[in-house]
Amino acid sequence: MNHLLRGHAPISDGGWKLIDDEAAERLRPALAARRVVDFSGPHGWQHSATNLGRTTALAADLVDGVGGRQRRVLPLVELRADFTIALRELADHDRGALDPDLDDLDRAAYQIAMAENVAVAHGWREAAIRGIAEASPHKGPPLAATIDAYPRPVAAAVELLLAQGISGPYGLLLGREEYTRVIESAEHGGYPLLEHLGKILDGPIVWAPGVSGGLVLSLRGGDFLFESGQDFAVGYDHHDVDAVYLYLQESFSFVVATPEAAVALAAHGKPAPRPRRQTR
Amino acid sequence: MGFDQYHEPPGELSGPTRTFARICASLTEEAEAIGWYEQRMAVETDPAALAIMHDAQGEEFKHFSMDLEFLLRRTPRWREIARGVLFQAGDIVEHGEAAEAASEDSEDSGSGSSAGGPDRAGSLGIGSLRGVGR
Repeated sequence: MNHLLRGHAPISDGGWKLIDDEAAERLRPALAARRVVDFSGPHGWQHSATNLGRTTALAADLVDGVGGRQRRVLPLVELRADFTIALRELADHDRGALDPDLDDLDRAAYQIAMAENVAVAHGWREAAIRGIAEASPHKGPPLAATIDAYPRPVAAAVELLLAQGISGPYGLLLGREEYTRVIESAEHGGYPLLEHLGKILDGPIVWAPGVSGGLVLSLRGGDFLFESGQDFAVGYDHHDVDAVYLYLQESFSFVVATPEAAVALAAHGKPAPRPRRQTR
Repeated sequence: MGFDQYHEPPGELSGPTRTFARICASLTEEAEAIGWYEQRMAVETDPAALAIMHDAQGEEFKHFSMDLEFLLRRTPRWREIARGVLFQAGDIVEHGEAAEAASEDSEDSGSGSSAGGPDRAGSLGIGSLRGVGR
């Protein structure tokens, strides 16, 4: 048994399959960052740090004539979101019930996916993670108030990247509000805004819960690295007579290698995205 | 045009499974190419031609290794067994049997999940979502 202690949970094989399938199904649509950044791993739960290739000089010689340098690494962070499932629901599922109540799992999956998006897009200061928007030297024009004007800031961001020698294709992360505006709208003449933006970017437009405003970034590779230690997994905490207490967990680090390969677009009426501390 | 890498109707397969099948097919092709170059080099006498074949076979080694690593990353149990077999001194068959048994033991005592589901560590196997539709 590994650190997730799943073997201690009062859950049948069928119950675990239900939980794992539901978790994966809920996580995938909300994991926006993984759709646009490079992904390395998973390297395992014991993987603790990302190599930065940098060193810090040590001031004092250990022995006369022998200097030293210390390697700098970026420690991985662990994300965990707890949730509860009623044992009665799992028992009913084993009997063949088709509609088990997994609402708390769904909530946890959404929250932890959003946390990953926030860390990658806007950073996580306590974890020494610089987000893409935080690291980018480019603050593009804010997303417009009117739908007809939406392509302008996106096109300006693409042109800005091209001018820096940052090749495409480009992806666009959009916060929930902005994404909804895009998919529900057609410009004058009826042309869907989603398709117009897609032609500008030559890449995906991604629903990104947790992201503030928008983020245009190059998908050429090598610019943004997400390093996974343990990829998402469900672990067991404890149980009582009524419920089993589980959690979703992952470990990762994130490094921006080319800050200029992205342009942050502030939400309308808001300042450019800043690092955030909260995941909700 | 046929799509021979699929054993089941492609429309019934998920995107990740189709990608998995494509890389499996690629792995097979690279292994065949490595074997072909080995045979060609065994009979070739022209030094310049031999040098080209040697270089080309190196490319196939690289392609095969990249395909294999991709598949191992997506298939934790395969990765676990491979870890017990690859780059190990000693009896290959013994290592293989031991690695396979160890992976079965850990599945039995670990997640309790069935084959094709999450790996022994309980991973949901999400990984990269580049190019994956919503």
